Amino acid sequence: MELALSPDDAAFRDEVRAFIRDNYPAEMRVANPETDLSKEQMLLWHRILHNKGWIAPLWPKEYGGPGWSITRRFIFEQETTRAGTMPPLAFSVTMVGPVIYTFGNAAQKAKFLPRILSGEDWWCQGYSEPGSGSDLATVRTKAVRDGDHYIVNGHKTWTTLAQHADWIFCLVRTDPTAKPQSGISFLLIDMKSPGVTVRPIITIDGSHEVNDVFLENVRVPAENLIGEENKGWTYAKFLLGNERTSMAGIGRSTRYLNRLKKIVKAEIPEDDPAHLEFIRDIARVELDVLALEATELRVVAQMARGIDPGPAASLFKIRGTEIFQDITELTHRAIGNYGLAIREHPVSANHFMPGPDYGHTASEKYLNSRKLSIYGGSNEIQRNIIAKAVLGL
Amino acid sequence: MDIHFTEEQELLRSSVQRLLRDQYDFDARRKIVASEEGLGRRQWDEFAELGLLAAPFSEAVGGFGGGPLSTMIIMHEFGRHLVVEPFVETVVVAGGLIEQVGSEAQKQAYIGDIIAGSKLWALAWTEQGSRFDLATVTTTARRDGDDYVLSGEKTAVIAAPWADHLIVSARTSGHRHDRGGVSLFVVDRRAANLDLQGFKTIDGRRAAEISLRGVRGELLGKEGEGVAALEACRNRAIGALCAEAVGAIGELNDATLDYSKTRKQFGVTIGSFQVLQHRMVDMFIAHQEALSLMHHLSLSLSEGEAGLSRLASGAKSKIGYAGKFVADQAVQLHGGMGMTDELNVGHYFKRISSINIQFGDPAYHVLRYAQLDVAA
Repeated sequence: MELALSPDDAAFRDEVRAFIRDNYPAEMRVANPETDLSKEQMLLWHRILHNKGWIAPLWPKEYGGPGWSITRRFIFEQETTRAGTMPPLAFSVTMVGPVIYTFGNAAQKAKFLPRILSGEDWWCQGYSEPGSGSDLATVRTKAVRDGDHYIVNGHKTWTTLAQHADWIFCLVRTDPTAKPQSGISFLLIDMKSPGVTVRPIITIDGSHEVNDVFLENVRVPAENLIGEENKGWTYAKFLLGNERTSMAGIGRSTRYLNRLKKIVKAEIPEDDPAHLEFIRDIARVELDVLALEATELRVVAQMARGIDPGPAASLFKIRGTEIFQDITELTHRAIGNYGLAIREHPVSANHFMPGPDYGHTASEKYLNSRKLSIYGGSNEIQRNIIAKAVLGL
Repeated sequence: MDIHFTEEQELLRSSVQRLLRDQYDFDARRKIVASEEGLGRRQWDEFAELGLLAAPFSEAVGGFGGGPLSTMIIMHEFGRHLVVEPFVETVVVAGGLIEQVGSEAQKQAYIGDIIAGSKLWALAWTEQGSRFDLATVTTTARRDGDDYVLSGEKTAVIAAPWADHLIVSARTSGHRHDRGGVSLFVVDRRAANLDLQGFKTIDGRRAAEISLRGVRGELLGKEGEGVAALEACRNRAIGALCAEAVGAIGELNDATLDYSKTRKQFGVTIGSFQVLQHRMVDMFIAHQEALSLMHHLSLSLSEGEAGLSRLASGAKSKIGYAGKFVADQAVQLHGGMGMTDELNVGHYFKRISSINIQFGDPAYHVLRYAQLDVAA
């Protein structure tokens, strides 16, 4: 299914497609890019996109964006995900960048935006805390003003790729007496500051993506405050809206479905009754993808006409993550007895993995994708949002 | 269908519970899994000492005659503690096969060592492309004097890196999918011409790819009748795995319920949200149904009722889906914590995922259940 494209937009699509084909680093085509690439390897494609001027599709032209229409942004997203390219670090480009150019001052824009675009700074997100997951407004990390600094104390958790980060954007409590949402500020903290400690959290797939970040008497220059003190909640909500837009994950799901079909063909003979079961299960998921893709295209078409899609992002997040979980589960099932095996992390060629290559990441993907219905606002929270904002319940 | 347990059975349960409570908490298990061998030899000795390795065997071969009900009791507790040692592979599967089809000499030679805890076993039946079909066998066995010589490849053989002996299915006649012509052989795991490539499994255990290039094996049971023997063996293994799964499901439900009563968000415990209450009610129902089916299957196994294979497949499927549902929801309701290696919830999830592959996944068994319907 495709958007009806103008000749110009169709030419743009072809250009993007050719650019990916000719420039995507072969080095980044590893078994599981999300866990197997070093920081340097992850940045290869980032730098190529930056040189091309395509690193930040969302950003206005004046800050270094390409100045694309909504349709072109969507085409770019579609082509890059269909081709299985590793997206540039969302925490930098999609999250903190837009907060800085929307709410930051001139000095902050000049200091941070170019370094985000070039990939020089790696950002991580200091939102969740042990006691504040779905209920983000209760963050307890404290920032107390001391002259021209804040002294920050607290504990952030589930901080994705903090082990690579140069900077962390944090929600901190600056007014303990105000209502939960009103006493929060948005603070940028240099990860090299004394008092910042990163502790790895290993997840059930054996990988190290997330971390605890401990902040102990960290001195943060007051000039790193975004916008106004105690207005951080507004900026945080703005950012979370950005986080969810690409959650439908049509390109990724389509790729994994195609792969699943090949695996089923190779693993399960047609005269095995399980074959029909798989065919039916795959067809159902394919229809789920088709319906979600049609919904996404409808929303994109509306947005292009200037209509606010409202909380459509919540719908995309719910269905996109459920679909991808279904696909990883079917893939794990399809490889049969090889589903017992799992790669050891950190990944090394010395570890033996049984069975055909296409099955080597099935177990870890299956396990890892359990996180999708939990993070970025759990699917229960997304349903609450739709219940309230759309259905008026 | 409530089982009224005998005093002996209650005693068995409480002694297993005590042993695991004292020696097999989550930290102890973590150390075992992280060890070089990935296996607790000391724990295995304790199991032997306590008589667990003798419990299901008949008195005629030196066991306590506890049968499938004692297996159920032990495996239910093992499931609650995520025990990694190969009780199913050694006692239920290999021991059961030897007792079922072995010669007197083989029973003498092997079962005593199993009961004493001095030998570990694994069953090598899966091959590339066999999926869950016991009869799909391409490994061959050729007669050579009193022995046989085996050649072929076996895949994802659970517990093989730990084992002293393997039971290997191999074809003595017929073609790849034929029911007849498959025979079983006892093979020394360290035999000449046997290559073993070990790997870790998702649930923290060990398995191996095995290559046989002219390996000497000793026939177990009648030549050509291995599939029937394996089917009966699989029924007993399913009984054990279902009990283990039910133990794990119960632990997940307890942990999730506790968490929902203490974890606060939006100023209240998350257990006060109706959507989560209903979810946990469904988890409770899944556990109750699984527990009942576990009893039903184990009773039928111990009484040797007709239609066992169909019931075993039905239970493996239904309990498999119940386990999957509960494990998914337990992780979901624990939020990020459920994703961590640190918390036990994810480890129960992985053990249930692994049980759902061993001896056939829930989709395979629901189809088999349908096919074995005599009325259909």
